[in-house]
Amino acid sequence: MEALLLEGDTILVAFWMTVRLAVVSAVGSLLLGTALTAMRVSPFPVLRSAAGTYVSVARNTPLTLVLLFTGLGVGANLGVELSDDLATNNFWLAVIGLTAYTSAFVCEALRSGINTVPVGQAEAARSLGLGFLGTLRLIILPQAFRAVIAPLGSILIALTKNTTIALVVGVAEASVRMRELIETHGDQVIQIFFGFALGFVLLCLPMGLAFGRLSRRLVVAR
Amino acid sequence: MSYANLYEVPGPRGIRRNRVLTGVIALGLLAVAYVVYVRFDEKGQWAADKWTPFLRADVWTTFILPGLAGTLGAALAGVVLAGIFGLVFATARMSEHRWIRVPAATVVEFFRAVPLLLLIFFAFFGSYALTGTNISAFTAVVFGLTFYNGSVIAEIIRAGVQSLPRGQSEAAYAVGMRKNQVMRLVLLPQSLKAMMPAVISQFVVLLKDSALGLIVGYDELVDRGLNGIAANFSNVIPAAIVIAAIFIAINVSLDKFAHWLHGRTST
Repeated sequence: MEALLLEGDTILVAFWMTVRLAVVSAVGSLLLGTALTAMRVSPFPVLRSAAGTYVSVARNTPLTLVLLFTGLGVGANLGVELSDDLATNNFWLAVIGLTAYTSAFVCEALRSGINTVPVGQAEAARSLGLGFLGTLRLIILPQAFRAVIAPLGSILIALTKNTTIALVVGVAEASVRMRELIETHGDQVIQIFFGFALGFVLLCLPMGLAFGRLSRRLVVAR
Repeated sequence: MSYANLYEVPGPRGIRRNRVLTGVIALGLLAVAYVVYVRFDEKGQWAADKWTPFLRADVWTTFILPGLAGTLGAALAGVVLAGIFGLVFATARMSEHRWIRVPAATVVEFFRAVPLLLLIFFAFFGSYALTGTNISAFTAVVFGLTFYNGSVIAEIIRAGVQSLPRGQSEAAYAVGMRKNQVMRLVLLPQSLKAMMPAVISQFVVLLKDSALGLIVGYDELVDRGLNGIAANFSNVIPAAIVIAAIFIAINVSLDKFAHWLHGRTST
């Protein structure tokens, strides 16, 4: 316990980084995932196949490789500089990688949500004169979102746990701190591991409960 | 719902408008691709000598195939052990005895909430302090894969068993079977058949997660590709693309297999 108490401040700083990574990437993934879903159901075959290809590539590549690719490819080779400060730059690169990966899963979930919306809804919307974007934005997506809150919750919880892999692009989040602490306090490995594990349980458990409640409250009665 | 319902079938004007928009969109996508192409080209990543290594047999035999063997080895060990772990803990969690059910549920929920990387770090860096011996990176990776994916599989199996009609277990008890016979002969075989697609999807996750081994220096495909090939030929981008293609090929075929299995079992 000593090590955890002694290093409490630095551990909290590391977890704060984990939370920031998770929140920013979650917002990004939801936006990009929704855009990808819209592309996949759009009237344009080019957009449909572009989004389809993107999703199957991103879903089937290991996140480790995706993040390494953002670090080496987007960062070093495309020469994208998001900030002069190295740490901030790495943070945004990690956000790009996590967003690119997670949005594919968001897209898959939303697409299955669209499948739960009865055909009559879209037909009624069209007969009122709504176009594609109107039908999607006002009628279909709100119902689709409400149908897939629980799966979206699992995706965001997985994202929170996946932020640990951001260490491959040099972001000092919780897993980096845990490795350092294990190396410096070799006699307290079990306490350190359970301390960090507890940190993640405390982050993920309320999320799971909240999404479970939300999905029950917002379920579309049919 | 079929997606075609989201918009009217376009008339002559609509078709013309869609053609124009399609052209604009295609140009936009090509422009993005072109910018990426040019940027990589400036760094010489498309130069022929960055790609020709992948045509050489020795590159495959020294880097890619051993890396693939490492990845598949860890994944296979993980699949077998996670399957066993899942079966044991799913059964334990459905036990009638509180003292078995509660600890099993705690273990499963704990390992599902902890990031895989922390489990691997714990096993790899903590093993010396705990047991006095260093375990190999392989053992650490398989340890993490087993406990994390095993817990997920335990939940999949439990959901499968619980979704079976009550009549199944009632009938089994009525013909005089014991508790473990009911589970072993009646409930598990049926639910495993129905759950196979979900289990295979989890195996895809497991295969992708085995790439985490690179962080603790386990010799697998991503490590061999990005730290082996790229270091020798300074072709990071081509190496990453080839490695990703190999992963995608394996995972897409597993996915297809799961779909095929689903189609076969659900009829």
